Amino acid sequence: MASKRYASPDRERCVSCGACVRECPRTAIQIWRGCWAVIDRELCVGCGRCAKACPADCIALREREATE
Amino acid sequence: MRQKRWYDYLWIWSILYFALGFFNILFAWLGMIDFLLPLGIAIFGGNKWFCNNFCGRGQLFSLLGNQCHCSRQKPAPRWIASKWFRYGFLAFFLTMFGSMTYQTWRVFGGASSLRQVVKLFWTFRVPWIWAYTAGSAPDWVAQFSFGFYSLMLTSTLIGLIVMVLYRPRTWCSFCPMGSMTQLICKGKASGAEPPAA
Repeated sequence: MASKRYASPDRERCVSCGACVRECPRTAIQIWRGCWAVIDRELCVGCGRCAKACPADCIALREREATE
Repeated sequence: MRQKRWYDYLWIWSILYFALGFFNILFAWLGMIDFLLPLGIAIFGGNKWFCNNFCGRGQLFSLLGNQCHCSRQKPAPRWIASKWFRYGFLAFFLTMFGSMTYQTWRVFGGASSLRQVVKLFWTFRVPWIWAYTAGSAPDWVAQFSFGFYSLMLTSTLIGLIVMVLYRPRTWCSFCPMGSMTQLICKGKASGAEPPAA
């Protein structure tokens, strides 16, 4: 069963530094073409480690929809 | 957790750089690697591999902030990662780099003489005479070394301050190199279809 929450970065604020990538225990984060962080929702367990590490504080934890 | 790789130890380089420059200012030129490599990777590779993996400064802040508990781990004020501040700081930094290059040019042309000082926060002149023996290199080479070392030391000190006050890698959110390489990457990626959010 998928976790209740998942991490969602704000592409407008992301500085693509990669601090979140280093923190993620599931290697669910990639920096897409040096532009912003992209999260693989299938892999994300919503632990929030990336959100705590993000220097721009741009990662929010969102509730998954019931259908996911 | 992922396995440690050789480039996870580049924080040592960050410390070594300042140590070398303390004894011989000419080593400051090595800092050009940190200036040109991220730009090269962004221009030719279209990614921020440097920030994401190679940046010794980011690693040092992570290490001191997380493992050594030297950070309050508080979110920084929102404006620090805002676009106007990031690009404003980039513009300011480039202006200061330009001014430093101009000073080097003046020394090269003989219009100005070599000043053996490290200027911190673009304001405070710190005598640094022990790190250079006059005449061991052309004056302009030494002038650039003092200027570049000042720039590197100042930015590291700013990074350390925000590391303590906020999150370890707060510097990354307004690092001029980071802003510049992200701009290049965004330019290169324009037109490409980004993955779904």
